[in-house]
Amino acid sequence: MAANITIPDFSIAPRIDQVGVEERASRFTKRSLKNETKINGLKLALNMIDLTTLEGKDTDGKVKQLCYKAMHLHDAYPGLPTVAAICVYPSMVSVAKKALGDSGIKVASVSTAFPSGQAPREVKIRDTKFAINQGADEIDMVISRGKFHQGEYNFVFDEIAAIKEVCGTTTLKVILETGELGTYDKVRRASDIAMYAGADFIKTSTGKIAPAATMPVTLVMLEAIRDFYYKTGKRISMKPAGGISKAKLALHYLVMLNEVLGEEWMNNQYFRFGASSLANDILMQLMKQKTGVYQSADYFSND
Amino acid sequence: MSNRIEVLKTYKIYIGGQFPRTESGRTYVATNAKGENLANVCLSSRKDVRDAVGSARSAFGGWSARAAFNRGQILYRIAEMLEGRKAQFIDELIKQGATKTAAENEVSLSIDRLIYYSGWCDKYQQIFSAVNPVASSHFNFSVLEPMGVVTAIAPQENALIGLVSVIAPIIAGGNTCVILASQSKPLSAITFAEVLNSSDLPGGVVNILTGKVAELLPYFSDHMDVNAVCYAESDAASKKMVKENASLNVKRVVLYENTKWMTETAQSPYFINDFQEVKTTWHPIENIGGAKAGY
Repeated sequence: MAANITIPDFSIAPRIDQVGVEERASRFTKRSLKNETKINGLKLALNMIDLTTLEGKDTDGKVKQLCYKAMHLHDAYPGLPTVAAICVYPSMVSVAKKALGDSGIKVASVSTAFPSGQAPREVKIRDTKFAINQGADEIDMVISRGKFHQGEYNFVFDEIAAIKEVCGTTTLKVILETGELGTYDKVRRASDIAMYAGADFIKTSTGKIAPAATMPVTLVMLEAIRDFYYKTGKRISMKPAGGISKAKLALHYLVMLNEVLGEEWMNNQYFRFGASSLANDILMQLMKQKTGVYQSADYFSND
Repeated sequence: MSNRIEVLKTYKIYIGGQFPRTESGRTYVATNAKGENLANVCLSSRKDVRDAVGSARSAFGGWSARAAFNRGQILYRIAEMLEGRKAQFIDELIKQGATKTAAENEVSLSIDRLIYYSGWCDKYQQIFSAVNPVASSHFNFSVLEPMGVVTAIAPQENALIGLVSVIAPIIAGGNTCVILASQSKPLSAITFAEVLNSSDLPGGVVNILTGKVAELLPYFSDHMDVNAVCYAESDAASKKMVKENASLNVKRVVLYENTKWMTETAQSPYFINDFQEVKTTWHPIENIGGAKAGY
């Protein structure tokens, strides 16, 4: 398949109209959603979450607890979907894999010297191989932002391609860390590089840098995915991550996804939320819809 | 004759240290006893209650962690600010139907009541806490802790003193609150919010809404993130509903019936105690050399 894709000159990637993108993105937040749609949307969003813990203080216990949470989001509400995946550091992959068993929830591992990406390529490759050998179903890699800013697009491209080669059939998510890229033009260019180099997902952020995912940045990336689809016929998936902690915001993202890419993308194969506290807020909204009473975080598990 | 048109104040609600309009965009007209229009006031909706409770919840951690002495200072500061705007409050109370003397009395008493609770901030603990005698080698003590977020329906009459008398003991004890102002006399409540906002009170500790009691009472009493609900009126059906709704998450229900807000009986540390939880701790102590446990 890759053979018949011509790789474009990334230095002439489309320029982005900042004002236009921000205006357009803010429009998606003004749609009226009726209750039934809202409930379905919330359940769908829940099913798209990559429940994430990426902290230096992560322990086996913490990861096991998170996995339990992934499988039992809120037992007081029967019939809820599970989250899509658990996202952890490579050292926690085997713990998560064991804890999740045959629940069908995937294990995603960050890799390539996450979050900075400042390591030699062979280290990044070994990091990725380790995660895959431990049983990771998905790899979340970071791009070399420093090289990208220096204009060494070939370096960035080759690195992604090298990691994709290691991944084989394992899903590869490429984190652009848009908060460090600075302009929408660069976000668009980095998106193009990642997709042509073999990314299955493009992902906004590590969650370690502010700003993380925003709606305009996600819109730029969704439009890059759409253009790539028109050119190559290949569907790339999207994962905004970081800073999405409210159910309402998640619904805005789904509205945007639906209006930019359409229904084929409205499932967890093609769209994910990288989040940790989003799940509880969605659960609280779902319980609000069910009981008619505003909910309290006191009655939902912390992890 | 001047051509200048007087600038009228927009009476907006007070949530999280800001003065937004109600999200519903609705208003109602506050009138005086003669039926003349005084102002357009926000007719708050359930979503305003939700937002206010959210603000109160986020403010709770910081406010309850303040030193008791510091809370006292801030209550004192509120009294100082109120003193400085005495004339405005008297004027508004007169507009809402009070006589000049009654209005002056009510404002002075409101200031004094804030000073009163300011003094109690670092003292009620000593009065209500205890070291308990137990039959084992433990040091056993009970101390008070704030309950959390309190919602309150202010008294309909006594628009200012009623409001102040309900708010002061709640926040003196380290709680945060959402309060619905008098439906018929809402002006003083909003002006009082401006006083709160220019004192050192952190945003969200007190949130003041205006609107219909009948419409908002269900949300004041059934919100799961509210720890206590205070109802300062005497309608029997409303009391029943408050109690039933409160049972959802076992809120404490505090009813102030027939309280004479203008008298001294309406102020005491027991009003603070109404919104406190008692925490009892068992701490093991060593039984030294044949001596009995010391406590």
